[in-house]
Amino acid sequence: MTETPTTEDKLTRDEMAQQVARDIPAGAFVNLGIGQPTNVSNFLTAQQGVTLHTENGMLGMGPVATGEEVDEDLINAGKIPVTELPGAAYFHHADSFAMMRGGHLDVCVLGAFQISKNGDLANWHTGAEGAIPAVGGAMDLAIGAKATWVMMSLFTKTGESKLVETLSYPVTGLGCVSRIYTEVAIFELRDGKVFVRSVHGISFDELAAKVPVELTWA
Amino acid sequence: MAPRIANSAADAVAEISDGSTILIGGFGNAGQPMELIDALMECGATDLTVVNNNAGQADAGLALLIKERRVKKIICSFPRQSDSWHFDEAYRAGDIELELVPQGNLAERIRAAGAGIGGFFTPTGYGTLLAEGKETRTIDGIGYVLETPIHADFALIKALKADTFGNLVYRKTARNFGPIMATAAKAAIVQVDEVVEVGSIDPEHVITPGIYVDTVVALGGEK
Repeated sequence: MTETPTTEDKLTRDEMAQQVARDIPAGAFVNLGIGQPTNVSNFLTAQQGVTLHTENGMLGMGPVATGEEVDEDLINAGKIPVTELPGAAYFHHADSFAMMRGGHLDVCVLGAFQISKNGDLANWHTGAEGAIPAVGGAMDLAIGAKATWVMMSLFTKTGESKLVETLSYPVTGLGCVSRIYTEVAIFELRDGKVFVRSVHGISFDELAAKVPVELTWA
Repeated sequence: MAPRIANSAADAVAEISDGSTILIGGFGNAGQPMELIDALMECGATDLTVVNNNAGQADAGLALLIKERRVKKIICSFPRQSDSWHFDEAYRAGDIELELVPQGNLAERIRAAGAGIGGFFTPTGYGTLLAEGKETRTIDGIGYVLETPIHADFALIKALKADTFGNLVYRKTARNFGPIMATAAKAAIVQVDEVVEVGSIDPEHVITPGIYVDTVVALGGEK
């Protein structure tokens, strides 16, 4: 883990992705979820030697395909055409998820609706009346990797903290999240406690007043 | 026994009857056996239970089967997408039953069926809505949910090529559910770009051994 300096301004989405990328250990096998986490790949360096996994059966996924590279048989979990890197491997779906569930991936980065202080994750279903549920690989990803990190904005559009005492949204996985990257703070979750690693555009005291769980300065 | 080599997609799916359970390969459009699904549309079989990762995209393939109300139940992990309008409409009208399964459990349930496993305990989904009513067990301090195999009458899958023994080779991420679905159905029907002579696929490169394959149809490829 690298040090994160506290900053005067909030982190932009790119800065959040950059920070996640810096924290990924060299040589790690990593799954990046759909949405904000996908952006992390833009900040991984060749020197890091990170191998990306995609749930639909590939290790060694390269950047998004453009122009003549586009091949309908080569897509990522978001069904976007991608490329393959030297050393890539293809495998079927049961192997892909066995790889995940079996703890072979080092890091998985996901988005979230809510996270509880003990690391319970909600990111698959709002539970809203009439909403059609879809889960995809969310539950497998949440509990499968050695470390599950989340990238999200800390507050909802109406200003409520997404870091909560207990989830009000349906659970994706229990006790699985160990780190949360937000625009105003980076959190570490361990032993049922929430540690603040850095703050951005907000003071620790202001943050503590807005988040309904006990925070400890790391 | 070597597989039957069908002379058309329609010929390949001719035995599929009303009420069948059908595994359909593909993740999005990659590996989706579009011509076999179109032939299934034409053949008229209805009251189907379909197993696929998704519930159809846009106005093609599985989405049309759902639009025409030929699917009474779908078992999948990710039905709702920006272009799943035919499923959304059928679901909201109460015309289709949905069994939502986390993607890894879906794959493992299919694998289990093909491997003769009667059920397995998985940590995926433990403590969630999708485990409600299911048997659970704590093993070495970790919570697990009992999941059961998904057997089917037919599998419709797409591979790159087959030899006349039914040995299959796939292409890139279009492999996805193909190899496990081929094992879990009473009859696996495979569309390929080309059927080649036995001996022309290196045995080390065979992904699905021909023992699992019942019908093959060569449809030519764009590539």
